Amino acid sequence: MKKVFTRPKALADIPFHYCPGCTHGIVHRLVAEVIDEMGMYERALGVAPVGCSVFIYNYLDIDMYQAAHGRAPAVGTGIKRVLPDRLVFTYQGDGDAAAIGTGELVHAAARGEKITVIFINNAVYAMTGGQMAPTTLLGQKTTTTPFGREGEINGLPVKVCEMLAPLDGSAYLARVSVHNPKNVNAAKKAIRKAFEVQMRGDGFTMVEVLSSCPTNWGLSPLEALKWLEEKMIPYYPLGEYKTPAEVNG
Amino acid sequence: MAKVLMKGNEALGEGAVRAGCRYFFGYPITPQSELPHYLAKRMPEVGGLYLQSESETAAANMVFGAAGAGARVMTSSSGPGISLMQEGISYIAGAELPCVIVNMIRGGPGLGNIAPAQSDYFQAVKGGGHGDYRLICLAPASVQEIIDLMQDAFDLADKYRNPVMLLADGVLGQMMEPVELGEEKIAEAPEKPWAATGRKKGGPKRLINSLYIVPEECEKHNIKLAQKYDTIRRNEQRWEEYRVDDATMILVAFGTCARICKAVVDSARNEGMAVGLIRPITVWPYPTDVITRVREKAEQFLVVEMNMGQMIEDVKLAVEGMRPVHFYGRSGGMMPVARDVFGEVKKLYNGGAA
Repeated sequence: MKKVFTRPKALADIPFHYCPGCTHGIVHRLVAEVIDEMGMYERALGVAPVGCSVFIYNYLDIDMYQAAHGRAPAVGTGIKRVLPDRLVFTYQGDGDAAAIGTGELVHAAARGEKITVIFINNAVYAMTGGQMAPTTLLGQKTTTTPFGREGEINGLPVKVCEMLAPLDGSAYLARVSVHNPKNVNAAKKAIRKAFEVQMRGDGFTMVEVLSSCPTNWGLSPLEALKWLEEKMIPYYPLGEYKTPAEVNG
Repeated sequence: MAKVLMKGNEALGEGAVRAGCRYFFGYPITPQSELPHYLAKRMPEVGGLYLQSESETAAANMVFGAAGAGARVMTSSSGPGISLMQEGISYIAGAELPCVIVNMIRGGPGLGNIAPAQSDYFQAVKGGGHGDYRLICLAPASVQEIIDLMQDAFDLADKYRNPVMLLADGVLGQMMEPVELGEEKIAEAPEKPWAATGRKKGGPKRLINSLYIVPEECEKHNIKLAQKYDTIRRNEQRWEEYRVDDATMILVAFGTCARICKAVVDSARNEGMAVGLIRPITVWPYPTDVITRVREKAEQFLVVEMNMGQMIEDVKLAVEGMRPVHFYGRSGGMMPVARDVFGEVKKLYNGGAA
């Protein structure tokens, strides 16, 4: 019989702790598959800052770093400058990358730091109990916007790909989603592209992944995927926001 | 070898390069600017990297990454910038990463000023950031000692897998003195099998980490750190004694203050007073052993600092209430003047009479 699926070598044989319907597990697997397919198992280094996904350092069976909240791009910078031939990536949530760590993210991009940020946008602070994130949509109810996010009071959602695109140091920026198999496949392609662009030394790379958080959204796993598609994608359009000329097509 | 004239800030840079440091991450702040200026030129000459970060917060975390990758790495700042680094330093201490951090202390609190001070003593020797950790803290008092201690700083950091802080002030940074550089043997960073550099075939997974979510495991980690700190306390106390043997009055001062106090000891000796000086070279671990020894003969102590009284607490802990411990300090970027310190010495020596 033909084997159609196997756990990638870069993914440890440990059960995920994530809530039912959380898409971290999918993205972890995609990252691990791309590492395997690129033959980078011995040269991949990941940085896991504070958030639900900090334990990616256990789930990926490669050498890993755990970083302070928001500081992963700075930690990644230190690693990559010492080990320039390694594949260095961070795995950051929206509070991490777009609030407390905005400075580190923007300047890693501005320097053209040859690292990849896997940016999980689920429009909420999940680990701390569903508070408003910088990417929380207008009208979205969270534990700190119980009446729905209001622009006048809480400010407006941050579009990270669009924010980084004008920086000359950014080489590849894409927004993908994992709400259905077609988009999961597209997400994997984007991660592969980002890693390849990094290893070619073209500059900073980021893949923003729209993800679901049924627990903190107060929805069932299926409803959450629907909400992602119907509410998040219109505000956060999918696609490539920056590509080096050679990567196009 | 012939001596060369060097500024303290430049000596920090040259000492680091000779100690095998090849990575510097930092953000501009006065009064340590000559150090980054020096390394921005010097690092490329030896195949190293000088990288200016977007903030001190980022610099400390770049150090975290580079140290985890196995490099000899340093950063440098002054008061306000060191405060911003405390988050990263706590993670570095928690993950047991070796690195060197220079604090060219300036007047505080807040923005304070850019004049020399020793007011970051507590922050340096009592932890500084969150959690239960210690930095090895070295306090040079001359440009030559800066060169020598930079080598020791990197060696101690690697030996104990612990961050090391070099405490100095604007006087030491700006001062030019002749120094003996010695043979230009460039040290190589030692092998670090724990560094996370990518999975080796059949090798263990390496994780650079300070997270222990299970309290039992976090306590174990803290106990392991405490045992390391105890070993450092036993093995690494360093100090200089100056005319201490028959002294009935002991001055205690570090760094720039100790230089002033040496002149005061000489003046006192010229007037027949049995006064000596203990100059801590490590302010953590504190050289408690020598204080415990001299408190037998000494009748009183005078601690002199460029702050309102910080190291005096460590002297008092070592004296254990057996002798009076007095204090003389200037702060906010003001320096003690030898004449004034001498006045204080005379007053105390004569039982309080001026």
